[in-house]
Amino acid sequence: MSDKKQLVVIGNGMVGHKFLQSMTNSEAMQDYEITTFCEETRLAYDRVQLTSYFNGKTEDDLSLVEPGFFEENKITVHTGDRASKIDRDKKIVTSDSGRSISYDKIVLATGSFPFVPPIPGHERDNCFVYRTIDDLIDITNAGETSKVGVVIGGGLLGLEAAKALKDLGLKTHVVEFAPRLMAVQIDDGAGAVLRKKIEELDVSVHTQKNTQGIVDGEECVHRMNFADGTHIETDVILFSAGIRPRDDIARDCGLTLGERGGIVVDNNCQTSDEDIYAIGECALWDGKIFGLVAPGYQMAQVAADQLSAKENSFTGADMSTKLKLMGVDVASIGDAHATTEKAKVYTYVNGADDVYKKIVVSEDNKRLLGAVLIGDTVDYGNLLQLKLNDIALPEYPDSLILPQRDGSGVTGLGVEALPDSAQICSCFDVTKGALCHAVSDGATTMAAIKECTSATTGCGGCTALVGQVLNKELEKMGMDVNTDLCEHFAYTRQEMYHLIRVEKIKTFDDLLAKHGTGYGCDICKPAAASIFASCWNDYVLETPHAGLQDTNDRYLANIQKNGTYSIVPRIPGGEITPDKLIALGEVGKKYNLYTKITGGQRVDLFGARQDKLPVIWKELIDAGFETGHAYGKSLRTVKSCVGSTWCRYGVADSVTTAINLENRYKGLRAPHKFKFAVSGCTRECAEAQSKDVGVIATENGWNLYLCGNGGMKPRHADLFATGLDDETLVKYIDRFLMFYIKTADRLQRTSTWMMNLEGGLDYLREVVIDDSLGLASTFEEEMQLVIDTYQCEWKKTVENEEKSKKFNTFVNSDKTDSQIVFVPERDQIRPAHKEEIAAKLN
Amino acid sequence: MANELNGNEIDICALTDLTDNAGTAALVNDVQVALFYIKRTEQVFALSNYDPFSEANVLSRGIIGSIGDELVVASPIYKQHFNLETGQCLEDEKVSIPAYPTQIINGRVLIGLAS
Ligand code: SRM
Ligand SMILES: Cc1cc2nc3c(=O)[nH]c(=O)nc-3n(C[C@H](O)[C@H](O)[C@H](O)COP(=O)(O)OP(=O)(O)OC[C@H]3O[C@@H](n4cnc5c(N)ncnc54)[C@H](O)[C@@H]3O)c2cc1C
Ligand code: SF4
Ligand code: FES
Repeated sequence: MSDKKQLVVIGNGMVGHKFLQSMTNSEAMQDYEITTFCEETRLAYDRVQLTSYFNGKTEDDLSLVEPGFFEENKITVHTGDRASKIDRDKKIVTSDSGRSISYDKIVLATGSFPFVPPIPGHERDNCFVYRTIDDLIDITNAGETSKVGVVIGGGLLGLEAAKALKDLGLKTHVVEFAPRLMAVQIDDGAGAVLRKKIEELDVSVHTQKNTQGIVDGEECVHRMNFADGTHIETDVILFSAGIRPRDDIARDCGLTLGERGGIVVDNNCQTSDEDIYAIGECALWDGKIFGLVAPGYQMAQVAADQLSAKENSFTGADMSTKLKLMGVDVASIGDAHATTEKAKVYTYVNGADDVYKKIVVSEDNKRLLGAVLIGDTVDYGNLLQLKLNDIALPEYPDSLILPQRDGSGVTGLGVEALPDSAQICSCFDVTKGALCHAVSDGATTMAAIKECTSATTGCGGCTALVGQVLNKELEKMGMDVNTDLCEHFAYTRQEMYHLIRVEKIKTFDDLLAKHGTGYGCDICKPAAASIFASCWNDYVLETPHAGLQDTNDRYLANIQKNGTYSIVPRIPGGEITPDKLIALGEVGKKYNLYTKITGGQRVDLFGARQDKLPVIWKELIDAGFETGHAYGKSLRTVKSCVGSTWCRYGVADSVTTAINLENRYKGLRAPHKFKFAVSGCTRECAEAQSKDVGVIATENGWNLYLCGNGGMKPRHADLFATGLDDETLVKYIDRFLMFYIKTADRLQRTSTWMMNLEGGLDYLREVVIDDSLGLASTFEEEMQLVIDTYQCEWKKTVENEEKSKKFNTFVNSDKTDSQIVFVPERDQIRPAHKEEIAAKLN
Repeated sequence: MANELNGNEIDICALTDLTDNAGTAALVNDVQVALFYIKRTEQVFALSNYDPFSEANVLSRGIIGSIGDELVVASPIYKQHFNLETGQCLEDEKVSIPAYPTQIINGRVLIGLAS
């Protein structure tokens, strides 16, 4: 054994792992040899996001452990092994598997367990709790053979569990002992609004129900009998009746516990034995257990600092929360129940939109004490900051929650009013000061801020505020946040889109005259051309548009390094008949074109001189091909796998869907190119999760993935919606694409657009699925216009002699460019190198 | 327009053969020339068609416009800008390309190659 001190960490949950991470960043790391016991068979994962496991997130997605973390930091980890006993005299920890390890210090991070009320029958089959990935696997398995599910407990977690049952396709009930849902966090008025919203989602809510026993059911597996004589039948039961600290190991070795459990710790997170620390949900501080992850993270940092003799202490934490429960926004801050003496309460209720807001303020009207928000939580960030920083309230505090209509008064005080110490991101304890610092150190985009401070990467609740801090700082640094498209237009691309759409502007000259200066340039011209095409879908080589196009669009082909072009006919879904393959081969051979299978399931013919493009395309069109838009910022390919028609695993016809989607969106111009793929089952042979739009067949319908990217900075697509039928799939894609086209920056792929979208995936779901902007039908109509006006640009071009003439190499001569020279390689042509051209010309 | 015509002017094409606010290539005594037509001011500019950065004859296929007070074309390959009147590259002061004088007479475009 080395001369280092031995540190044993019991529990590798969220907080235990955070502690290890803090240790690896601290000087104490060199003094300790660390061993950690991890009872679960999986290393630390994100329990907060547990429910997303039902929506397609995998164990890997949820993992909190960077690959190589334990190896690189030389930390020994025993997975699937529970520490069972601490011998404080001999200073030894032993485990279930019989390991025994001497320690100098211990950190207990054992978390908590779900409380299961001792109702007779609670141990029957198909009765579960909701805490670990294993629990979720069990629930999923049971869900396959079940029709009805009940959650016992209508608190935060209970509602989350109810959502999970709903997603599994069960008829779902929530049974609550108290008279309202979320009794701890919210009041009666808010409870009523929440209940209504949840019932609208087809979940039955039963309050004031005291379950007396669970017995065999007649139609379902179980029958639950209530004290009031009523009953419900159900196949699956989830207990979510609160959590209890896991303090057994501490109890056995005689550490001081709280009256109702919990390992007592002081401000240093030390237990009654100074060599043993306790952090996270197992720790009891000032008589309180903190059932949230942020306070646990703070404790982890305190314990790590204590071990490196750094000053830091835990002095309590804010328990405010903001969440989306079953799609309903809910937030609670501080003294939500107005228990403070003489507190004043202001309430705003909007029955039409099911919005409920309440603030609790001090007697003198000057300080915010608490708040409850249901249905609309945009004020959360502002209110929380007012509360945490004890900021003086405006003269009429109710203005903070009254809706702002048409410039009536100013409400929120904005980020300016906050002190540097204000905590903006509670998940990662990032203060306003730290954000400002990051900005002045060069993190001038949201993406950069995320990267260097981790802010917004937890629950995401702080995104809007972080964005405001960023913009304010940029402004202060004099980097006035210049989002102008270029020197000719003092507008963002989004504003240009709006102007063009609303004022029905059809030409660049008109746009420049109305809104711009100078002559335009290679930035604004293609951007405007793209917007014109997205909105009005005119032929891109029409006289007023031709000069706006990038060379690829202007010649409807991709320019190559030697000035020749490549030709990519559309092959929808990658499906092609032998005859068409032969036709491609014949054209390639006749015009001596280098021929290659692309990464997008089609064929590229390279080395066509500009003047040959129209004749080559004439032949291709006669053979039944259309342009493939390989040159445009538009739909590229819809990759497919062979799907259920041939493949023994396929559950749906991916090829047909791919072809339909490709034909629907072909020619649609966007801020950047975009790609689709459709896979026939979850084996995912079409690699849909790396595409802007990915579609994967499941037994229940299509799963839709959005905003993936291969290329320079790969991004795994987000699972957006599940179990869609053909019609809904197309509807969502229509709306998604139009929303992207409307709001993205120029040359911004959907992946970067998504990473910069305030509110992220949830917001996108609101816009596309819930139609929160009320634009869904507009988007669909706009898309329909583009689809109805589709024309093959190459067909139109070869049919128009005037336009075809524009492809001649020279306006005044039939000669061609003598510097275009090819040499043979592997039985095809390739562009000659400079020396080879020189040799040929001499 | 750029330089004075020097008596060697050659008739290239009709103004209507050019594309509005865009480039067109011409072959003048075996020299490849890029002609640019700015419709608003009825001006035609002529530069060499050869892009020294990509070493290909492509400048006629670039987008034209203005940067500050200068009229420019952007190379379609790697996007460097060249002044339409002087041929000076904006990104690299050491690089410039030949510019030729032009004139529009009776709807015809004339160009003068350096003698
Ligand atoms: C031909 C092809 C390579 C091949 O031989 O397989 C190709 C060729 C080019 N790609 Fe690509 N890409 C090709 C598939 C891909 C793929 C794979 C795919 O689509 O499954 C990717 C990664 C997937 C993705 O886009 O997310 C890909 C990522 C890129 C990127 C990086 C995009 C990004 O977001 O990071 C660029 C640069 C750009 O668009 O700005 C690019 C740009 C280009 C350009 C257009 C560069 C240029 O401007 O000259 C190339 C010229 C094409 C031509 O002359 O025809 N190409 N390119 C493939 C054509 C597919 C097709 O049938 O249309
Ligand atoms: C479904 C769900 C949703 C949630 N949502 C939120 C939310 O939105 N916001 C929020 O702030 N919090 C949320 N929470 C709570 C949050 O997950 C917890 O606060 C957090 O996980 C606590 O971390 P911990 O490390 O203390 O406990 P845990 O994450 O439970 O980790 C403790 C680990 O220790 C292991 N262990 C216990 N005893 C031993 C032993 N003797 N030997 C070895 N290993 C042992 C356990 O198996 C466990 O893996 C949610 C929890 C759940 C279940
Ligand atoms: S990687 Fe793509 S962009 Fe780069 S050279 Fe190859 S085909 Fe062209
Ligand atoms: S507050 Fe949760 S991510 Fe910032």
